Amino acid sequence: MAIDPQTLEKHAVSRYSTGARVNHWITAISLILLALSGLALFHPWLFWLTALFGGGSSARALHPWIGVILFFSFAGLFFRFVSLNIWNRDDTEWMKNIGDVVKGREEKLPELGKYNAGQKLVFWGMSLLIVALISSGVVIWDKYFDHLTGVDQKRWAQLFHAWLAVGAITIWIVHVYAAIWVRGTIRAMTRGSVTAGWAFRHHRKWLREEAKKPADIAPKA
Amino acid sequence: MATAALEIVRQSATSGGVVGALAPKDDFQVVKLIDTSKCIGCKACQSACLEWNDLREDVGVNVGVYDNPHDLTENSWTLMRFTEWENAESGKLEWLIRKDGCMHCADPGCLKACPSPGAIVQYSNGIVDFNHDACIGCGYCIKGCPFNIPRISKANEKAYKCTLCVDRVSVGQGPACAKACPTHAISFGTTVEMKTLADQRIADLKSRGFRNAGLYNPPGVGGTHVMYVLHHNDQPEAYAGLPYNPRISPVVELWKGATKYAGFAIMGLAAIAGLVHHTVMGANRVSDRDETEGERIKEGGK
Ligand code: HEM
Ligand code: SF4
Ligand code: SF4
Repeated sequence: MAIDPQTLEKHAVSRYSTGARVNHWITAISLILLALSGLALFHPWLFWLTALFGGGSSARALHPWIGVILFFSFAGLFFRFVSLNIWNRDDTEWMKNIGDVVKGREEKLPELGKYNAGQKLVFWGMSLLIVALISSGVVIWDKYFDHLTGVDQKRWAQLFHAWLAVGAITIWIVHVYAAIWVRGTIRAMTRGSVTAGWAFRHHRKWLREEAKKPADIAPKA
Repeated sequence: MATAALEIVRQSATSGGVVGALAPKDDFQVVKLIDTSKCIGCKACQSACLEWNDLREDVGVNVGVYDNPHDLTENSWTLMRFTEWENAESGKLEWLIRKDGCMHCADPGCLKACPSPGAIVQYSNGIVDFNHDACIGCGYCIKGCPFNIPRISKANEKAYKCTLCVDRVSVGQGPACAKACPTHAISFGTTVEMKTLADQRIADLKSRGFRNAGLYNPPGVGGTHVMYVLHHNDQPEAYAGLPYNPRISPVVELWKGATKYAGFAIMGLAAIAGLVHHTVMGANRVSDRDETEGERIKEGGK
């Protein structure tokens, strides 16, 4: 028999502050808009996506500006979460047992802090890719930066930008899939809390640490 | 020639890119032949281009060279480039003048790079033209072009370059520049006519001691519909950096080729892997036992 919702809510564990969630959603929306406006130019099959942005010219003009928003918004997430994303021995252990991870046999894995190795890889992967995307993006942002580079540098930047975008979108797919597969995760970003059972199952070490804190302390990040 | 001229055979960002076949070379494809050995650098062609296309160039500044303006712009689709060149063989100083502008490549890099369907078209007579209604101003054509030709307008953020006077050619006229040239350094006609004319000119130049005179019609881009007669066809770079063997940059080929397929494959595989994983493994759910254990830890700490 399922546990009734009131009980679940009563014991819910706070995971993200309102600030962190707003920060996350600005980042998420910018990334999706960037992927859509970028992919529209990536291949003619997807050129129709420009309609979402009011046509080809405006999609082209908006894309880099959304990139600037993404960059600063992601920087916010980075500084919020970086200290929680340092690699440790549990992560190496977790990675060695990646087979159990994909099979959902979490009882065979070490107890984890706030983030598992997969989440940390998403964090670091996105951090590197976004820095590289804005760097290559600026080189091909001709309206303002045309005079800074020559055509050959722009060609390389364009090629890199396309590949980096493929990388970022792929990580995004993995990130979103993981949030869907592991039920009960999405509410961390919609409501800010998770059930005690979710925390016990996936991030037990973190749950133990949270349990030690006085009840009225909101999460830092 | 007139009716065949306006048939589109290729357009940018369209499946395969090819929507028709180029007209037979001999009769229907056009060439503008620029004979550098006859050019006196008077810039009548530059004026005629501005005039016919109703363009105005800003008043510039003199930096001590004859090139005016200093580079192609969205308004100056053609530009006389002047080079003072020391001929190593004869030890003499030569003044080389080349009318720069779109070469109307048979294999146009601009068209290959353009992401906007129909913004760049190639007509069956070989003319490559930009369609400004469809152009989104991304500047990809600049990266695709091996001759550094297109320019983005600061006024409307669209790409401009020589049209080979497609509007004149389609009604049986020659380009405005060719009409204005006082020395007949610019000729216009079918490929066969122009190659014949070039052969005569080259034979003449050779007889006058220009051993390396020749026709610049670079095979790396499938040949061009603007060709030069050069006195030093072995050193085209001497003419203000005309490339020796122009071709679409391999970086651009990689970007517009393998990257697209590999990119879709990688993103698609990630999505499919997710679907398959979910189908096989089912959702990763929190059990009631997890909830009770979790509650115990959470409340136990108090
Ligand atoms: C972070 C700052 C970013 C900047 C400054 C930037 C800038 C640009 C620029 C200038 C272009 C050329 C088209 C245009 O002018 O709009 C472009 C293309 C593109 N961008 Fe970005 N971008 C950024 C981030 C991203 C991100 C995060 C993604 C993917 C999620 C992305 C995906 C793409 C794609 C797929 C293209 C088309 C590439 C192609 O045509 O092959 N960009 N970007
Ligand atoms: S600037 Fe215009 S013509 Fe040039 S590639 Fe972009 S859409 Fe095509
Ligand atoms: S010279 Fe450049 S702009 Fe002209 S057809 Fe060739 S690639 Fe296109």
